[in-house]
Amino acid sequence: MGVVDWILGVLVRGMALGTPLLWGALGEIYAERAGVVNLGVEGMMILGAFFAFAAAQLTGHPGLGLLAAALIGGMAALLHAFVSVTLRANQFVSGLALSMLGLGLAGLLGRGWEGFPLSNPLPERSILPPLGALLAVAIWALLYHTRWGIILRTVGESPAAADAMGIDVALVRYLAVVFGGMLAGVAGGFLSVAYRPSWTEGMTGGIGWIVVALAIFASWDPLRAIGAALLFGTLFHLSFRLQAWIPPEPLQMMPFAFTILVLAIAARWGARAWRAPEALGLPYLRGER
Amino acid sequence: MHPASTPSASPLVPPGAPVRLAVREIRKTFPGVIANDRVTLDVRRGEVHALLGENGAGKTTLMNILYGIYQPDAGEIVIDGREVRVRSPRDAIAHGVGMVPQHFLLVRRHTVAENVALGLSGTRFLLPVRGVEMQINAFADRYGLRVDPHAAIWQLSISEQQRVEILKALLRGAEILILDEPTSVLTPQEAMQLFGVLRRMKEEGKSVIFITHKLDEVLAAADRVTVMRKGRVIDTVPVGMASKPQLARMMVGHDVDFQLPARHPGTGAPALVVEDLWVQGDRGLPVVRGVSFVLHRQEILGIAGVAGNGQRELVEALTGLRRVERGRVTVLDRDVSRWSPRTMSKMGVAHIPEERIRMGIVPPMSVTENAILRRYEEPPFSRGPLMDYVSATRFAQQLIVEYSIQTPSPRTPARLLSGGNIQKLILARELSHRPDLIIAAHPTYGLDVSTTDRIHRLLLQRRDDGAAVLLVSEDLDEIRALADRIGVMYGGELVAVVPAGTDRETVGLLMAGQRV
Repeated sequence: MGVVDWILGVLVRGMALGTPLLWGALGEIYAERAGVVNLGVEGMMILGAFFAFAAAQLTGHPGLGLLAAALIGGMAALLHAFVSVTLRANQFVSGLALSMLGLGLAGLLGRGWEGFPLSNPLPERSILPPLGALLAVAIWALLYHTRWGIILRTVGESPAAADAMGIDVALVRYLAVVFGGMLAGVAGGFLSVAYRPSWTEGMTGGIGWIVVALAIFASWDPLRAIGAALLFGTLFHLSFRLQAWIPPEPLQMMPFAFTILVLAIAARWGARAWRAPEALGLPYLRGER
Repeated sequence: MHPASTPSASPLVPPGAPVRLAVREIRKTFPGVIANDRVTLDVRRGEVHALLGENGAGKTTLMNILYGIYQPDAGEIVIDGREVRVRSPRDAIAHGVGMVPQHFLLVRRHTVAENVALGLSGTRFLLPVRGVEMQINAFADRYGLRVDPHAAIWQLSISEQQRVEILKALLRGAEILILDEPTSVLTPQEAMQLFGVLRRMKEEGKSVIFITHKLDEVLAAADRVTVMRKGRVIDTVPVGMASKPQLARMMVGHDVDFQLPARHPGTGAPALVVEDLWVQGDRGLPVVRGVSFVLHRQEILGIAGVAGNGQRELVEALTGLRRVERGRVTVLDRDVSRWSPRTMSKMGVAHIPEERIRMGIVPPMSVTENAILRRYEEPPFSRGPLMDYVSATRFAQQLIVEYSIQTPSPRTPARLLSGGNIQKLILARELSHRPDLIIAAHPTYGLDVSTTDRIHRLLLQRRDDGAAVLLVSEDLDEIRALADRIGVMYGGELVAVVPAGTDRETVGLLMAGQRV
């Protein structure tokens, strides 16, 4: 096997794993642009993975599986929106709890299905990877060239300014978080319906955490998320591929170690390029200074 | 905006002009405070109506009620003859009420056009900014509010940002425009320009409510003035029939003596020498750029300038809170450029910080603990690892009497004190040990007239006792009243140091970056 083939192979597989990363990252970027951090990506993804698998298995349509994944992702995110926007609880704690909840719930529901292969999977190089890239462009255009985009970004930068202009900050944040959760659900669904068409407990294996870091790495820009997702997808794949030469444990750590490295670099040297939405993570209460 | 130099404000609202906005018997309480007590006032069509009062008089609360930020406990709002309920800013806007808040609500990273487009309902979904840019330019010409629609907010000066806020309100069809302390961030010349804009709006039949605590501005810009004190309306009078002492008496509740003790001639040895000082701002860019000056004992050097021209970073560098990138700071013949805030304070540099609650005190700790914050680890306040609260309390009680700090007891948490008493506590702590150098940033910001006067006298007294005082303030009147020399900062540079008697206009031009 030639080197070129090997590299091409790695890239193709990297794109396959990059797809859920991209969908998840786009959802997280969308929610964070409205000022809400959702650390529940891992939980929303695993729920999406399970419901996609179950729906696809029961109905025979993998497309319906992805739809179910989007719905469950949106519902899980709705919970996060309620706790963090309406109750104004700490977003980070709420998101972490959602991740734990999702992992636990999916494990519980999926007991009887453990290890089942999906009878009618989507091909891995299906419509989802190109659709993800298209979605990234669409979200970019939405953010920067539409009225809704200005509203969404303002809510994330300065909710007080948005409120003073008569915009319903809570509603915008709800919509953004729920839409973000739907994308995370689809990302999880892709894993169980296309990437590895089966159900295994914990099959997301930490991808959801990488997604959170990707939103930062891409500096909250949907277009940069494409490249970032491809890079991390490739890294993930390499961690399997290089096992012939290197013991698996350090390899499995690689994407996560790289995540920390990237965040450290961003924090140290990228102060200007990596500026987060100013109100990110902060609950909004009218009249509070 | 000195009355003498002001083109007379056209005060002629037709006396019979219809009332556009009326508030009746508005009441609003916060825990422990009655912010608005049966407030009644009316604003006519084509009128600039000043709302005059000290900080804490309830002006901003009233305006927040009009704009839907707060809900009143009782009372009614009548707009164009109909009683309305204003539950949110959205309602206010629908009724034609616009507000320019004191702290601007702009998205710093967005462009002017994006900030304006946000509030416009008529804009199209796709590419909304293009049409808005044309509208901005049209309104800018009409009212003399020039601003580049493509510029990002963070690139604009404060007065340009204020123009954006006004444009935002006007483009949304505001007929009643509320301006909350609009001149506090402007140079005198910029304030005059703003009054011109208000006059043009008035000519078009709009109503303007102009909140301020500065008497000269009322006389220069308003048609009628409503004076508030402690949550109540004292009176509403036509400006033509009001005099400055009369308004001051209504605002404060007693006669005001504007005279400070006579200037002390002669200065002593250099206490603070700053040579070619460079300091970085929070964004990593140089914001203090090659500042040099000498401050002597028995001298107050005032630093004037519009906010954000490097004053904050200068103070932080001089007190050891911010790194000195280049240059040298010498205090009493010692190079302190690399010293920590603690060593600075140990060698007798007093710091009255800009943000009194965030940096001046530890809010949940008691008055006593805050009073010994500088010297808690020295006898008599502590012996070894143990605190001696008896002597600490005795010391605090002494300060409470000497500086007339209003507090229920020395054990009261400092956060429960009013702003003025918090500031007196800080001054008591910083000045009680007879510092050689006092660095005071906005020492009277937001305080009432009598506390301000008290603090001014304290600073003057310390100067006469031989201390050197660096007084940073945005209030040009304060600087002109206290300083022996006035330095002006613009764009991170100390553009000039002028003698105390220099007129307002000259200092104002320097503040705007013009070389005189």
